[in-house]
Amino acid sequence: MNKITNVEKIGSVVVISTEGYLNKDLGEEIQNAAQEHIKTGTKSFLINLERSNIVNSIGASILIELIEELQEIEGDLAFCELAPIIEKTFKIMGLTKYCKTYSSQEEAIESMS
Amino acid sequence: MSKKPTVELKLPILKNMELVATQTAEVVSRHMELSEEKAGEISMALIEACINAFEHSEAKSEIYIHFLIDDETLTIKVIDKGKGFDSSKIKIPNIEKKLASSEPKRGWGIMLIKELMDSVDFESDHTGTTLTMVKKKNTNE
Repeated sequence: MNKITNVEKIGSVVVISTEGYLNKDLGEEIQNAAQEHIKTGTKSFLINLERSNIVNSIGASILIELIEELQEIEGDLAFCELAPIIEKTFKIMGLTKYCKTYSSQEEAIESMS
Repeated sequence: MSKKPTVELKLPILKNMELVATQTAEVVSRHMELSEEKAGEISMALIEACINAFEHSEAKSEIYIHFLIDDETLTIKVIDKGKGFDSSKIKIPNIEKKLASSEPKRGWGIMLIKELMDSVDFESDHTGTTLTMVKKKNTNE
Protein backbone atom coordinates (compact mmCIF):
# COMPACT_ATOMS: atom_id res chain seq x y z
CA MET A 1 0.00 0.00 0.00
CA ASN A 2 1.34 3.41 -0.89
CA LYS A 3 0.07 6.35 1.09
CA ILE A 4 0.87 9.32 3.28
CA THR A 5 1.23 8.02 6.82
CA ASN A 6 1.60 11.33 8.64
CA VAL A 7 1.51 15.08 8.11
CA GLU A 8 2.68 17.25 10.98
CA LYS A 9 3.99 20.74 11.47
CA ILE A 10 7.20 20.95 13.48
CA GLY A 11 8.08 24.58 14.04
CA SER A 12 7.83 26.21 10.64
CA VAL A 13 8.29 22.96 8.70
CA VAL A 14 5.52 20.66 7.51
CA VAL A 15 6.75 17.07 7.50
CA ILE A 16 5.00 14.67 5.12
CA SER A 17 5.82 11.01 5.77
CA THR A 18 5.02 8.30 3.26
CA GLU A 19 4.88 4.56 2.89
CA GLY A 20 5.27 2.42 -0.24
CA TYR A 21 5.73 3.08 -3.94
CA LEU A 22 6.21 6.75 -4.81
CA ASN A 23 4.24 6.66 -8.04
CA LYS A 24 1.82 9.10 -9.65
CA ASP A 25 -0.87 8.52 -7.01
CA LEU A 26 1.40 9.06 -4.04
CA GLY A 27 3.11 12.00 -5.76
CA GLU A 28 -0.28 13.66 -6.19
CA GLU A 29 -1.19 12.94 -2.57
CA ILE A 30 2.01 14.64 -1.43
CA GLN A 31 1.36 17.59 -3.74
CA ASN A 32 -2.21 17.97 -2.48
CA ALA A 33 -1.14 17.76 1.16
CA ALA A 34 1.54 20.40 0.58
CA GLN A 35 -0.87 22.67 -1.30
CA GLU A 36 -3.27 22.64 1.66
CA HIS A 37 -0.49 23.96 3.88
CA ILE A 38 0.76 26.45 1.27
CA LYS A 39 -2.72 27.99 1.36
CA THR A 40 -2.30 28.67 5.07
CA GLY A 41 1.15 30.19 4.71
CA THR A 42 3.62 27.31 5.12
CA LYS A 43 6.71 27.63 2.94
CA SER A 44 8.99 24.86 4.19
CA PHE A 45 8.29 21.21 3.51
CA LEU A 46 10.17 18.05 4.39
CA ILE A 47 9.23 14.74 2.82
CA ASN A 48 10.26 11.76 4.92
CA LEU A 49 10.67 8.76 2.60
CA GLU A 50 11.97 6.33 5.23
CA ARG A 51 9.20 3.83 4.40
CA SER A 52 9.19 4.39 0.64
CA ASN A 53 12.03 2.50 -0.98
CA ILE A 54 10.89 2.60 -4.58
CA VAL A 55 9.93 5.43 -6.90
CA ASN A 56 9.08 6.04 -10.52
CA SER A 57 9.80 9.07 -12.67
CA ILE A 58 6.15 10.07 -12.80
CA GLY A 59 5.96 10.38 -9.02
CA ALA A 60 9.25 12.28 -9.03
CA SER A 61 7.95 14.58 -11.80
CA ILE A 62 5.06 15.60 -9.58
CA LEU A 63 7.62 16.61 -6.96
CA ILE A 64 9.21 18.85 -9.63
CA GLU A 65 5.81 20.52 -9.99
CA LEU A 66 5.82 21.06 -6.22
CA ILE A 67 9.33 22.56 -6.39
CA GLU A 68 8.03 24.97 -9.03
CA GLU A 69 5.06 25.95 -6.85
CA LEU A 70 7.36 26.55 -3.89
CA GLN A 71 9.79 28.63 -5.97
CA GLU A 72 6.92 31.02 -6.67
CA ILE A 73 6.50 31.72 -2.95
CA GLU A 74 10.21 31.46 -2.12
CA GLY A 75 9.57 28.27 -0.23
CA ASP A 76 11.70 25.19 0.04
CA LEU A 77 11.39 21.43 -0.20
CA ALA A 78 13.73 18.87 1.33
CA PHE A 79 13.87 15.10 1.69
CA CYS A 80 15.10 12.80 4.42
CA GLU A 81 15.75 9.09 4.95
CA LEU A 82 16.13 8.38 1.23
CA ALA A 83 16.84 4.85 0.02
CA PRO A 84 20.08 4.90 -2.03
CA ILE A 85 18.31 4.23 -5.33
CA ILE A 86 15.79 7.03 -4.71
CA GLU A 87 18.61 9.44 -3.88
CA LYS A 88 20.41 8.38 -7.05
CA THR A 89 17.25 8.81 -9.12
CA PHE A 90 16.61 12.28 -7.70
CA LYS A 91 20.24 13.18 -8.41
CA ILE A 92 20.04 12.02 -12.04
CA MET A 93 16.83 14.00 -12.53
CA GLY A 94 18.32 17.08 -10.88
CA LEU A 95 15.93 17.34 -7.92
CA THR A 96 18.86 17.44 -5.52
CA LYS A 97 20.01 20.70 -7.12
CA TYR A 98 16.86 22.30 -5.75
CA CYS A 99 16.15 20.22 -2.64
CA LYS A 100 18.45 19.35 0.22
CA THR A 101 18.59 15.77 1.41
CA TYR A 102 19.16 14.72 5.00
CA SER A 103 19.94 11.38 6.55
CA SER A 104 17.42 11.85 9.36
CA GLN A 105 14.29 13.86 10.11
CA GLU A 106 15.90 15.34 13.21
CA GLU A 107 18.88 16.61 11.23
CA ALA A 108 16.55 18.09 8.62
CA ILE A 109 14.33 19.88 11.12
CA GLU A 110 17.33 21.31 12.93
CA SER A 111 18.75 22.65 9.66
CA MET A 112 15.46 23.94 8.23
CA SER A 113 14.11 25.64 11.37
CA MET B 1 27.68 -25.65 -24.12
CA SER B 2 24.82 -25.42 -21.61
CA LYS B 3 21.94 -23.09 -22.30
CA LYS B 4 21.95 -19.91 -20.23
CA PRO B 5 19.06 -19.61 -17.80
CA THR B 6 16.22 -17.33 -18.84
CA VAL B 7 13.25 -16.02 -16.88
CA GLU B 8 10.25 -14.84 -18.86
CA LEU B 9 7.31 -12.76 -17.67
CA LYS B 10 4.12 -11.74 -19.41
CA LEU B 11 2.49 -8.75 -17.77
CA PRO B 12 -0.99 -7.41 -18.42
CA ILE B 13 -1.21 -3.65 -18.81
CA LEU B 14 -2.58 -2.91 -15.37
CA LYS B 15 -1.74 -0.26 -12.81
CA ASN B 16 1.52 -0.85 -10.87
CA MET B 17 2.14 -4.17 -12.66
CA GLU B 18 5.74 -3.01 -13.10
CA LEU B 19 6.28 -4.00 -9.48
CA VAL B 20 5.85 -7.65 -10.47
CA ALA B 21 8.81 -7.19 -12.77
CA THR B 22 10.92 -5.61 -10.01
CA GLN B 23 10.18 -8.51 -7.66
CA THR B 24 11.44 -10.93 -10.30
CA ALA B 25 14.47 -8.71 -10.90
CA GLU B 26 15.29 -8.84 -7.18
CA VAL B 27 15.25 -12.64 -7.22
CA VAL B 28 17.41 -12.74 -10.34
CA SER B 29 19.83 -10.20 -8.85
CA ARG B 30 20.19 -12.29 -5.69
CA HIS B 31 20.76 -15.41 -7.78
CA MET B 32 23.54 -13.59 -9.64
CA GLU B 33 24.94 -12.20 -6.37
CA LEU B 34 24.75 -8.65 -7.67
CA SER B 35 25.39 -5.84 -5.22
CA GLU B 36 22.40 -4.12 -3.62
CA GLU B 37 23.32 -0.97 -5.52
CA LYS B 38 23.21 -2.74 -8.88
CA ALA B 39 20.01 -4.56 -7.92
CA GLY B 40 18.37 -1.23 -7.10
CA GLU B 41 19.52 0.26 -10.38
CA ILE B 42 18.13 -2.70 -12.32
CA SER B 43 14.76 -2.44 -10.56
CA MET B 44 14.54 1.30 -11.18
CA ALA B 45 15.46 0.93 -14.86
CA LEU B 46 12.94 -1.87 -15.22
CA ILE B 47 10.16 0.22 -13.69
CA GLU B 48 10.84 2.94 -16.25
CA ALA B 49 11.06 0.47 -19.12
CA CYS B 50 7.72 -1.09 -18.13
CA ILE B 51 6.03 2.29 -17.76
CA ASN B 52 7.28 3.30 -21.20
CA ALA B 53 6.01 0.05 -22.65
CA PHE B 54 2.64 0.47 -20.89
CA GLU B 55 2.08 4.14 -21.61
CA HIS B 56 4.02 5.15 -24.66
CA SER B 57 3.51 2.16 -26.89
CA GLU B 58 -0.27 2.33 -26.74
CA ALA B 59 -0.06 -1.44 -26.63
CA LYS B 60 -3.43 -3.03 -26.26
CA SER B 61 -2.19 -6.37 -24.98
CA GLU B 62 0.52 -7.60 -22.64
CA ILE B 63 4.18 -6.75 -22.42
CA TYR B 64 6.90 -9.39 -22.22
CA ILE B 65 10.05 -9.28 -20.11
CA HIS B 66 12.95 -11.65 -20.60
CA PHE B 67 15.81 -11.90 -18.11
CA LEU B 68 18.83 -13.54 -19.75
CA ILE B 69 21.25 -14.64 -17.06
CA ASP B 70 24.93 -15.01 -17.87
CA ASP B 71 27.97 -15.39 -15.64
CA GLU B 72 28.99 -11.77 -15.94
CA THR B 73 25.97 -9.97 -17.33
CA LEU B 74 22.24 -9.69 -16.92
CA THR B 75 20.40 -8.81 -20.11
CA ILE B 76 16.78 -7.69 -19.82
CA LYS B 77 14.48 -7.37 -22.81
CA VAL B 78 11.20 -5.47 -22.45
CA ILE B 79 8.98 -6.18 -25.44
CA ASP B 80 5.71 -4.58 -26.38
CA LYS B 81 3.45 -4.91 -29.40
CA GLY B 82 2.62 -1.22 -29.62
CA LYS B 83 2.97 1.16 -32.53
CA GLY B 84 6.69 1.77 -31.95
CA PHE B 85 8.58 5.04 -31.67
CA ASP B 86 11.52 6.88 -33.16
CA SER B 87 14.27 6.84 -30.53
CA SER B 88 16.16 9.61 -32.38
CA LYS B 89 13.33 11.99 -31.47
CA ILE B 90 13.69 11.47 -27.74
CA LYS B 91 14.60 14.75 -26.04
CA ILE B 92 17.08 14.75 -23.19
CA PRO B 93 15.16 16.24 -20.26
CA ASN B 94 16.61 19.07 -18.23
CA ILE B 95 15.18 20.16 -14.89
CA GLU B 96 16.27 23.78 -15.34
CA LYS B 97 14.32 24.03 -18.59
CA LYS B 98 11.32 22.25 -17.11
CA LEU B 99 11.22 24.58 -14.10
CA ALA B 100 11.57 27.69 -16.21
CA SER B 101 8.71 26.90 -18.57
CA SER B 102 5.32 25.33 -18.96
CA GLU B 103 7.06 22.27 -20.42
CA PRO B 104 5.60 19.00 -19.07
CA LYS B 105 7.58 17.82 -16.07
CA ARG B 106 7.53 14.19 -17.21
CA GLY B 107 9.73 12.46 -19.80
CA TRP B 108 12.63 11.11 -17.72
CA GLY B 109 12.29 7.38 -18.37
CA ILE B 110 14.82 6.80 -21.15
CA MET B 111 17.39 9.07 -19.53
CA LEU B 112 17.11 7.18 -16.25
CA ILE B 113 17.41 3.80 -17.97
CA LYS B 114 20.54 4.94 -19.81
CA GLU B 115 22.10 6.33 -16.64
CA LEU B 116 21.33 3.27 -14.53
CA MET B 117 22.27 0.46 -16.93
CA ASP B 118 25.57 -0.36 -18.64
CA SER B 119 24.08 -0.46 -22.13
CA VAL B 120 20.68 0.20 -23.66
CA ASP B 121 19.40 -0.48 -27.15
CA PHE B 122 16.04 -0.09 -28.92
CA GLU B 123 14.55 -1.92 -31.85
CA SER B 124 11.27 -0.37 -32.84
CA ASP B 125 8.89 -0.44 -35.77
CA HIS B 126 5.15 -0.25 -36.34
CA THR B 127 4.69 -3.74 -34.85
CA GLY B 128 6.30 -2.98 -31.53
CA THR B 129 9.39 -2.16 -29.55
CA THR B 130 12.09 -4.24 -27.90
CA LEU B 131 14.22 -2.44 -25.35
CA THR B 132 17.37 -4.36 -24.45
CA MET B 133 19.35 -3.29 -21.41
CA VAL B 134 22.42 -4.86 -19.89
CA LYS B 135 23.95 -4.76 -16.43
CA LYS B 136 27.46 -6.05 -15.95
CA LYS B 137 28.09 -7.93 -12.73
CA ASN B 138 31.51 -6.63 -11.84
CA THR B 139 32.11 -3.40 -13.69
CA ASN B 140 31.65 -0.21 -11.73
CA GLU B 141 30.72 3.01 -13.50
